[in-house]
Amino acid sequence: MGSLHVLWLQSGGCGGCSMSLLNADTPDWAATLRTSGIEWLWHPSLSLASGEAVLQMLEDCLSGAQPLDVLCIEGALLRGPQGSGRFHLLAGTGVPMISWVRRLAGVARYVVAVGSCAAWGGVSGARNHATEACGLQFEDDQPGGLLGAAFRSGAGLPVINVAGCPTHPGWVIDSLMALADGSLSADDLDSLQRPRFYADQLVHHGCTRNEFYEFKASAEQPSDLGCMMEHMGCKGTQAHADCNTRLWNGEGSCTRGGYACISCTEPGFQDPGHAFDATPKVAGIPIGLPTDMPKAWFVALASLSKSATPRRVKTNATADHIVVPPVARKTRLK
Amino acid sequence: MSNTPTGRLLVGPFNRVEGDLEVQLQVADGRVASAQVNATMYRGFEQLLPGRAVRDALVVVPRICGICSVSQSVAAARALADAAGVTPPPNGQHALNLMQACENLADHLSHFYLFFAPDFTRPIYADRPWWPEAVRRWAALGAGVTQGEHARQALAARQRWFTLMGTLGGKWPHTQSVQPGGSSRAIDAAERLRLMSKLREMRAFLESTLFAAPLEDIAALRDAAALARWHAADPLRGDLRFFLTVADDLALAQLGAGPGRTLSWGAYPQPDAGLALAAGVCEHPSASPLTRQAPDVRLVTEDATHAWLADSGGPRHPAQGVTLPDVDKPAAYSWNKAPRLDGRVVETGAIARQLADGQPLITDVVQCHGSQVVSRVLARLIELARVLPMMERWLGAIVPREPFYTPDSLPDEGEGMGLTEAARGALGHWVRWRNGRLLHYQIVAPTSWNFSPRDAQGQPGALEAALVGAPVYPGERTPVAVQHIVRSFDPCMVCTVH
Repeated sequence: MGSLHVLWLQSGGCGGCSMSLLNADTPDWAATLRTSGIEWLWHPSLSLASGEAVLQMLEDCLSGAQPLDVLCIEGALLRGPQGSGRFHLLAGTGVPMISWVRRLAGVARYVVAVGSCAAWGGVSGARNHATEACGLQFEDDQPGGLLGAAFRSGAGLPVINVAGCPTHPGWVIDSLMALADGSLSADDLDSLQRPRFYADQLVHHGCTRNEFYEFKASAEQPSDLGCMMEHMGCKGTQAHADCNTRLWNGEGSCTRGGYACISCTEPGFQDPGHAFDATPKVAGIPIGLPTDMPKAWFVALASLSKSATPRRVKTNATADHIVVPPVARKTRLK
Repeated sequence: MSNTPTGRLLVGPFNRVEGDLEVQLQVADGRVASAQVNATMYRGFEQLLPGRAVRDALVVVPRICGICSVSQSVAAARALADAAGVTPPPNGQHALNLMQACENLADHLSHFYLFFAPDFTRPIYADRPWWPEAVRRWAALGAGVTQGEHARQALAARQRWFTLMGTLGGKWPHTQSVQPGGSSRAIDAAERLRLMSKLREMRAFLESTLFAAPLEDIAALRDAAALARWHAADPLRGDLRFFLTVADDLALAQLGAGPGRTLSWGAYPQPDAGLALAAGVCEHPSASPLTRQAPDVRLVTEDATHAWLADSGGPRHPAQGVTLPDVDKPAAYSWNKAPRLDGRVVETGAIARQLADGQPLITDVVQCHGSQVVSRVLARLIELARVLPMMERWLGAIVPREPFYTPDSLPDEGEGMGLTEAARGALGHWVRWRNGRLLHYQIVAPTSWNFSPRDAQGQPGALEAALVGAPVYPGERTPVAVQHIVRSFDPCMVCTVH
């Protein structure tokens, strides 16, 4: 099959998803894409073409002279003020970016929201925002967004939400590769239109703090080793992403970095209704429990496991390095 | 000549910068007569932050920018630490410096290979003797089958380099391990060694491909004459010397003169107090010796006269700053305010840091040739050669099992300021809170200084003035000289339009 022609535009975001993409786990980034049949029509950080040449390319996409296979949008769509879109004009055109995006989405085979800003509005759409920011097909968790809930791209798919703040480079590359080889269908998207290959996982899976979680041995301040769910606002048991099994930048993740998962792949994460680094509780019990666990069970298990916490786990939970190592037994393991 | 370019040119979208940029040029007789620089987007972070819990700033603020997010984090953490009166322990300070240096050096690398050098592969230069070699090394990665070999190698080196951030900060961009009291991620003994090996990998790339020389030899070049001798000895060997070859041929040192005044807030605080790169305001009027003095942060103002932002009350210090959109304002042409120091235009960036720190080569080059396209690029590359060995020392000074974090207790009310140096230059955050909720948050980013619009006095910003005199060749709609000048500042527009 021929190349998958990808056009990438940025709107109300920080550019971090583009920068993240360059961290994809490969010794030859350009070859990874090229050998997968992925060809940039234009990417703002990587392409030589500037100014007039870019505008001509956009017109060619709209006229059909240039096939547009994938339209990738990074950043929120800024509809303000008063729906005019003037908070972001595409440079050199005097035309709001939201107008360009609407028209280009109309001719694209696939439309991909790269990152949580483009998917849901993200941090750009945080409470008090003046920019009327939204995602391509959602505004937080409400379907609609810039293109409307009924939108389907040329190939019949809704917007593909590769959410995350930033999004993981592997999620983007895998999505583009799946589109290039024709293996991504509507069934491969979850109820929020995220690719299931990463959204069917939880951040909790593979968390190095799982032993602390089991015993509810909790961190009390930044740099503590314990579980961050009870006091530090961690949402790893509820957040859909594979961050602790598909690591970031070689060997990292938020929880491995010593800070709470803020569930940045979920709509509305930017306004959790509490401080990011605190766990809201009722009668001492966290409100945000694992979604598929009955509360009574959680309370019962937590009190049992707390009473059974080994001294090693309890001590290390509030230290920044291992204070009590596992016992080296004198007898062989059985 | 009837085809000498004259008239108005609107240049955009301007890519291989971070974010959205448009430049409006008045061209007369084949030269830029005047320029207006427009940041074409408004995001409104200064409105998003008030009302939130104070520490939420540590989550929200890095998301101003995906290219210098650690610098934004450091500025925020330092502003909170300022108000709380907390200091990171030595390990924590080293960890923060390693993260910020990792990001800053990666930015210099990306800038050179991915953003700046590809312009030398444009067909307009196809008749130059160096052009095929420029294409082989530096062709852009974003289109077609021709992709520069060295650009590909640099991207691979960058990917490995950012694994430092995987360990030190959990992920990049948008780590949250940067805290007022240090780092939330302690490094153990084996990790310290693994990080050291990654510093050595980057050293190997720089010493083989970029410099083709030991870092210490580059940092030891004392003056413009020594640089010229080193260059002449093997003018194609390594990308720095090849760049100097191209720059000589194109007379790039004649392009893009800065305002003759630079500002650095200083970088990388050390546990025993002091900064690894000193702060300073430097003046270098032509034909006079360069002068240095300590910057006075009280003299910073932001002027919104030509921004689509409310400007009642005139220029304000950022501690009293206001950022409210006013989209129909007459005479406005950018979302960027105009920061000024004592009412004057300054340039910021690696060149400002190296001048403030008294680095001999950059000082001599600027005294001889001013701040311009070549000296800006050179300052970044010198910074790569100087800061990587510093990182080796900081990492070597980390003591496993000693603390990385000092607990802080933020007061219910507070006011603080956080100054630091992002790759592109001076970054400041000004914060105030009451009852544990943010009341006021203002950010003055490096590109806000460099790419500012005119102020109330009509003074053009640093880039606006630097573009005057740039050649526009017949038929050019996106003049290549303008591109070299704009990219020599390595703008970060998303920081600017926070």
